[in-house]
Amino acid sequence: MAAPTRPKRPFRWHIAVFLAPAVLVYTAIMILPLAGTLQLSLFRNVDQSQVFVGLGNFRTLFGDPNWSVNFWNALRNNVWFFIIHMLVQNPVGVLLAALLSSPKLRFSAFYRTAIFVPTILSFVIVGFAWKLILSPLWGVAPHLLDFVGLKSLFTPWLGKEQYALTALSLVSVWQFIGIPMMLIYAALLSIPDEVIEAAECDGITGMAQFWKIKLPLILPSIGIISILTFVGNFNAFDLIYTAQGALAGPNYSTDILGTFLYRAFFGFQLQVGDPNMGATIATIMFLIILGGVCVYLFLIQTRLRRYQF
Amino acid sequence: MSIATRSLPRTIGAHAILLTYTVIALFPVILVVMNSFKSRAGIFGAPLTPPTPKTFDLIGYTTVIGQGDFFHYFQNSLVVTVGSLFFVLLFGAMAAFALSEYRFRGNTLMGLYLALGIMIPIRLATVAILQLMVASGLVNTLTALILVYTAQGLPLAVFILSEFMKQVSDDLKNAGRIDGLSEYTIFFRLVVPLVRPSMATVAVFTMIPIWNDLWFPLILAPSEETKTVTLGAQLFLGQFVTNWNAILAALSLAILPVLILYVIFSRQLIRGITSGAVK
Repeated sequence: MAAPTRPKRPFRWHIAVFLAPAVLVYTAIMILPLAGTLQLSLFRNVDQSQVFVGLGNFRTLFGDPNWSVNFWNALRNNVWFFIIHMLVQNPVGVLLAALLSSPKLRFSAFYRTAIFVPTILSFVIVGFAWKLILSPLWGVAPHLLDFVGLKSLFTPWLGKEQYALTALSLVSVWQFIGIPMMLIYAALLSIPDEVIEAAECDGITGMAQFWKIKLPLILPSIGIISILTFVGNFNAFDLIYTAQGALAGPNYSTDILGTFLYRAFFGFQLQVGDPNMGATIATIMFLIILGGVCVYLFLIQTRLRRYQF
Repeated sequence: MSIATRSLPRTIGAHAILLTYTVIALFPVILVVMNSFKSRAGIFGAPLTPPTPKTFDLIGYTTVIGQGDFFHYFQNSLVVTVGSLFFVLLFGAMAAFALSEYRFRGNTLMGLYLALGIMIPIRLATVAILQLMVASGLVNTLTALILVYTAQGLPLAVFILSEFMKQVSDDLKNAGRIDGLSEYTIFFRLVVPLVRPSMATVAVFTMIPIWNDLWFPLILAPSEETKTVTLGAQLFLGQFVTNWNAILAALSLAILPVLILYVIFSRQLIRGITSGAVK
């Protein structure tokens, strides 16, 4: 293969040695099982043996009322979960980052550290703590609403079908707001002083400066947090599971793809676990996430203008 | 600085918003920890006041420590987290070095292959991972968890570390080569000490999701012997739904170690996240 004029270089074993452990573990534990899962979705267990059924499982998932009702419900809920994150988490994150990065702000290290605290806590703690706070038994939430004279607004949000999903999405927003805040904060700090000074010389300050100068410069970071949110949301499971259990009550109103996958794969109460249907749902989640990542990489990222300083 | 960026109402406004949000962020944590030191009457009578001598009670903690095998769960979590962290850092740094140092055919392709895992969550492979672990007899062992978390942490570690390794001076490495050091010695003795700060950053990033994960312990290692603290807390909380003292104490016990670690490492973590900016 190599050009005959060039002396053949000896094989550099050390490169293989350096790469091997990571590539082996990653391939064996992640890539092959991922491929295996995609493959399993094309088979079905008939009389103790795996039979190839092509896209049969997907047909069942989309069409058979035993599955499709739950599936479309989970997908719809998941989309709503994502929309709440995009509408609340990211704008509030940007706002906090913008305030934090204002020059000579005192206590900014304290604010930064404190606002990031929920992000490091486990879902189990977050889910349960909020369950207690919102519980009508304890009465903390009505008590607090009473302070601002809004006690009449209180209902047991996690127990009502129409509110539960939104309430849990907001809890999740509360937990993860630190991530967009930090990434945007980092992006804002990296804007060179000269750019800001030039804007000030032209009389662009305050809000106008943020909208016209800083926001266009941090758009790539906003793109990154959007795709991170997307992947995280369509893969979420833990918060719903800890707060509402695997049945994602009340009446499946908080069911998202992650909890649906868990029930299908592992079985719950009367339902028997089915690895093939589990793999089918995982494949759908894979395609959704892959789709999102591709849209980001090929449509959004290439159109965002990057500025080199 | 110009006057516009320092006007007083603007500063007060900024502090007001940030302070409000800080209260929102910390309130649930403080509420839980505060009430865990109270008697049942205190918890329900006045949830928003700190424990007074009258309401102070450690009954929740004695229940938790008497009932749950928390120390054991804690040990499991520690073994899993430290074990995975060790392999992620070692293997990740080695692969990152190979990718950033040498030019060989397939370098870019290998980089992209390893980067795939940053975006595609390993959780989607669960069905086949469980089959693999059943086939190899690793179900209900901590080894299974360590393997999975190593694979989960590697992509991001390789990606971040290779960015940093590109900045290590070539002259230094070439000087080492002229002195007759092998490539392995160059890596372990010259490069690793230089990228140690970025390895600490990767360690913090890798550690938090592993410590907090519920999914894989639930599926791969739910036995009493191998429960991690997150799973243990989850099951414990499910059992003691009506014992509020015990629940609040268990939550506090789960919060405190993470919180202490965070306070110690928060500068490292925040420097890591903002490292692109603060050059």
